[in-house]
Amino acid sequence: MDETAHHKCAVAVERLYHFLDHELDDASAADVQRHLDDCLPCLEAFDFELSLRVMIACKCRDQVPEMVWIRIWKAIQGEGGPEEGNGGMLPSE
Amino acid sequence: MASQATFAAQAMEHMGSLYGAALRMTRNPADAEDLLQETYLKAYRSFATFQEGTNLKAWLYRILTNTFINSYRAKKRRPEQTDVEDVEDLYLYHRLGGLEAAAAGRSAEEEVLDSFTDDEVKQALEALPEQFRIAVLLADVEGFSYKEIAEMTDVPIGTVMSRLHRGRRALQKTLFDFGMERGLVGER
Repeated sequence: MDETAHHKCAVAVERLYHFLDHELDDASAADVQRHLDDCLPCLEAFDFELSLRVMIACKCRDQVPEMVWIRIWKAIQGEGGPEEGNGGMLPSE
Repeated sequence: MASQATFAAQAMEHMGSLYGAALRMTRNPADAEDLLQETYLKAYRSFATFQEGTNLKAWLYRILTNTFINSYRAKKRRPEQTDVEDVEDLYLYHRLGGLEAAAAGRSAEEEVLDSFTDDEVKQALEALPEQFRIAVLLADVEGFSYKEIAEMTDVPIGTVMSRLHRGRRALQKTLFDFGMERGLVGER
């Protein structure tokens, strides 16, 4: 790999997170995209980072225990909150 | 202005993701439940200040994050670690790169990602020091922008970026270590 190509990869990796976070301006994002279109190793690395992120988001989900849901609903009602029964909001059995 | 009655219908819908965030922040279910309840009560009491048409989820997260930082930090018994080990960009990708040659081919890295359990990923995130943990949680699990995270945590955007950058790399290191312990991945 020649010096220039290597430099382009380094610049792309430096912008990796901003790119995946959609926090680059349009021109810089287009630069990174152009590089990814030309450079398979960088494309694979970026794909991996994206997959990793999706995996983390998917595996960090939690179900609210029904008791917690009810406890908070009651606490709000205790504040003089929604008077109209449970408003159909309680989770079904 | 929305009525308090509509608060329930709208805000309760976000409880699932707020509960997960509360668990990651407090790292224990009892504190998470208290934090969640406090957040909902505060939100309920100040619902009049919420501007309809703006992002309700972000508003609730701001209350959750503020409440956690202000009330739970004070309660903490052990001193919080404030730094993370610095590893290079693409840490996990480069470490897993060896698998390709080993056998399974192109998707070997993705298979390793799939093999992590929910508990391992949650543990890895919870292992990050507080400020890094909150930034990574808000960005990568909840999808908030740098600007939103800066507002929620009350720090400049540059600080958010640096916490995210370093927190994400440290998370990769922890995941790799978990993989090593389980024999999922080998040392290169």
